[in-house]
Amino acid sequence: MAYVAVKGGERAIDNAHAWLAATRRGDPAVTDLGIDQIREQLGRAVDRVMAEGSLYDPELAALAIKQAQGDLIEAAFLLRAYRTTLPRFAHSEPVDTAAMAIHRRISAVFKDLPGGQVLGPTYDYTHRLLDFGLESGDVPPPPAEAPVDGGPMQRVNDFLKHEGLIEADGPAHETPGDLTREPLSFPASRDVRLQALARGDEGFLLAMGYSTQRGYGGSHPFAGEIRMGTVKIEIEPAELGFAIDIGDVVLTECQMVNQFKGSRTTPPQFTRGYGLTFGHGERKAMAMALVDRAMRAEELGEDVTAPAQNVEFVVYHSDNIEGTGFVEHLQLPHYVDFQSELETIRRMRAEAGVSQ
Amino acid sequence: MSIDLPGFADPVLGAQACFRAVLTAMSRPGLIQRTGLDLTPPSPLAPATAAVLLTLVDAETTLLLAPSLAASAEWIEFHCGARQGDAAADFVVTDSLPDLAALESGNDECPERSTTVILQLAALGQGTAYTLAGPGLAAPTRFLAEGLPADFLARWGANHRLYPRGIDLILCAGTDLAALPRSVAASEG
Amino acid sequence: MTSAAGYNFAYLDEQTKRMIRRALLKAVAIPGHQIPFGSREMPLPYGWGTGGIQVTAAVLGPDDVLKVIDQGADDTTNAVSIRRFFARTAGVATTTDTAAATLIQTRHRIPEKPLREDQILVYQVPQPEPLSRLEPSRAETRRMHALAEYGLMYVKLYEDITRFGHVAISYDYPVMVNGRHLMAPSPIPAFDNPKMHRMAALQLFGAGREKRIYAVPPYTSVVSLDFDDHPFRTTRAPQCCGLCGADSSYLDEIVADDKGGRLFVCSDTDFCEERRAAGHVGPEGVAA
Repeated sequence: MAYVAVKGGERAIDNAHAWLAATRRGDPAVTDLGIDQIREQLGRAVDRVMAEGSLYDPELAALAIKQAQGDLIEAAFLLRAYRTTLPRFAHSEPVDTAAMAIHRRISAVFKDLPGGQVLGPTYDYTHRLLDFGLESGDVPPPPAEAPVDGGPMQRVNDFLKHEGLIEADGPAHETPGDLTREPLSFPASRDVRLQALARGDEGFLLAMGYSTQRGYGGSHPFAGEIRMGTVKIEIEPAELGFAIDIGDVVLTECQMVNQFKGSRTTPPQFTRGYGLTFGHGERKAMAMALVDRAMRAEELGEDVTAPAQNVEFVVYHSDNIEGTGFVEHLQLPHYVDFQSELETIRRMRAEAGVSQ
Repeated sequence: MSIDLPGFADPVLGAQACFRAVLTAMSRPGLIQRTGLDLTPPSPLAPATAAVLLTLVDAETTLLLAPSLAASAEWIEFHCGARQGDAAADFVVTDSLPDLAALESGNDECPERSTTVILQLAALGQGTAYTLAGPGLAAPTRFLAEGLPADFLARWGANHRLYPRGIDLILCAGTDLAALPRSVAASEG
Repeated sequence: MTSAAGYNFAYLDEQTKRMIRRALLKAVAIPGHQIPFGSREMPLPYGWGTGGIQVTAAVLGPDDVLKVIDQGADDTTNAVSIRRFFARTAGVATTTDTAAATLIQTRHRIPEKPLREDQILVYQVPQPEPLSRLEPSRAETRRMHALAEYGLMYVKLYEDITRFGHVAISYDYPVMVNGRHLMAPSPIPAFDNPKMHRMAALQLFGAGREKRIYAVPPYTSVVSLDFDDHPFRTTRAPQCCGLCGADSSYLDEIVADDKGGRLFVCSDTDFCEERRAAGHVGPEGVAA
């Protein structure tokens, strides 16, 4: 019996990378996928990668999707690793979503409201039948257009606010926390929790939000408003003393209105859950709003019993880059620890008198 | 203008070399390291003090500068960009031992949220002898420093007894550097 | 000295390095206490050693000689990958020779050869909280560390003894550092725990995903938890190394055939090679 020491890790890695590159490209007879094609035609994937990658750059997100062969968590990871090396020149002013150039705006709590219900580019009422016309690359007819009636579209919460029926905005933090610079500590403030959710995995938030609807920490939600559209990003350089517009981003915002019967400290009124995400992502924004509200249980004097109400549980496990790394790291060699377990179990079996 | 005086010739490698000196000093209390050899900081800042500031202090930290070192304030501001701190500052830089009890010693859950004092002295390796014992030292070790106050042992003892809370000291003199982490006990040498 | 184009020496930007360096100094000043730090997203996944890599990047200089091991071996793919990362981003010299290294980054082992005062050992740590399996809330474990309230861990060990006759933890065996802080030694086999006690080298620990840094200065007391009537003891395979004949090193068990055949060899590949070069031959080996 001969034992050959396992050598050549370096060559194995190089070979694996070469194979990966070939697999990524697929059949070279098929046209190479352009970054512009991904950006224009896989927009929802690009939006998700920007949201979970915490970087608004459709071009880089499209590149990451190509590099990751469409694995969106891997693509978000590529963006995150790129993002950490970028210098920080400025912090933006809070975005004003009331001034959003609306693509879509829906309220489930009023039949009609100033500005109207705007369906926008939604899948909601499509029949989920495979469209074989897409196989042949049909160009769709242009959608109907109507003139914009101008002026900002007031947020639904502002209609309820006048009567005091809904809780007011919380105190504004001068400087919101940033969990990418300061590690989490508990109790985590709402700004940091919202940041964690905004970066969090859509699937995880969906499951957590869904669990609250099925009785694990129910919060009786109504979709007060979902709006999606373009907002301005402004910064205020210290030397200028006024804000300047540096560009536009597409955001989806969800204001969830939740029933609340009041507690010892708070009168009966509607409470709120909030969701905000880069791009067109209403599933994420709505789930985020449900989870945000669930995590406010302690603050509102409710019993904390369900997973979605447990801030540590939600915030520590919402990040899919951390989760995917730690789950997948189990494939790394652990044979030293396994060996120590083997010896312990052998010893315990020997002591228990188990015969070989 | 003191800001005309440069920082590290190579900011990346200069900071790395100085950090290793501070890390060694903190790991082996009382062991004297050399740093800041290529620095010409404005008076009254010693090269070692200047090197430690360039290495550890930046816009993400707060710094309290002793009035006696005010002549170096512009240089420190220009090269480090630290925010002005008070007695709870991340760093205090001074040339006489401050009242350690008045500084931030952290709390039980976060003893690391404490002030680090960068103390510029007349000399290290000569002067009053102290005996140090604790983590980092294979056996009690003699340490010489010139410029610590007469009641230093009592004041350090009070700080050491707060452990794991407490203040850490980085001592600088010329191009010499040593450190006394809160974990180390000092007695008469 | 060369660095990868477009990136700083040792990859991290200087502001990040300063943040990590400040955390490291606090960690050394409070042996065994976990310091939260602003862990960055690295170009390697969480779980692959992002904490160790950040610590190494903050410490490493152009004069260092770097050794990287995983499972005790220099040639495991992850060790190769991390060594390459630093060779590429910092241009440092690398080695497999334990004695020649000034900085050793490790996952799951401590080298067999005793380390010296002029060396630094950096551990990759998946889970820095020794109490995590007993109490999942970090807010709660932080309180327990503040109060040095470690009864929960002693109860767990005692339950093991009553059930099995001895403690059934074989790796990541909890240690008490400087008589004050309970610490996770990272998933090294309990066999390696005694090497941590009063080690001449500085030991640094980085947990990237969990965003914690901690340290053990040289010559610091590191005691594996035990009871007077059930003292801590280590286990290793009772064989000797098939290649070099070492009878006190930690051994890997290699499945040699499909009939239950096993070969035992040193987990520390450098240790084994050095012994073979010096003429030691094990039962399965041939003279080097």
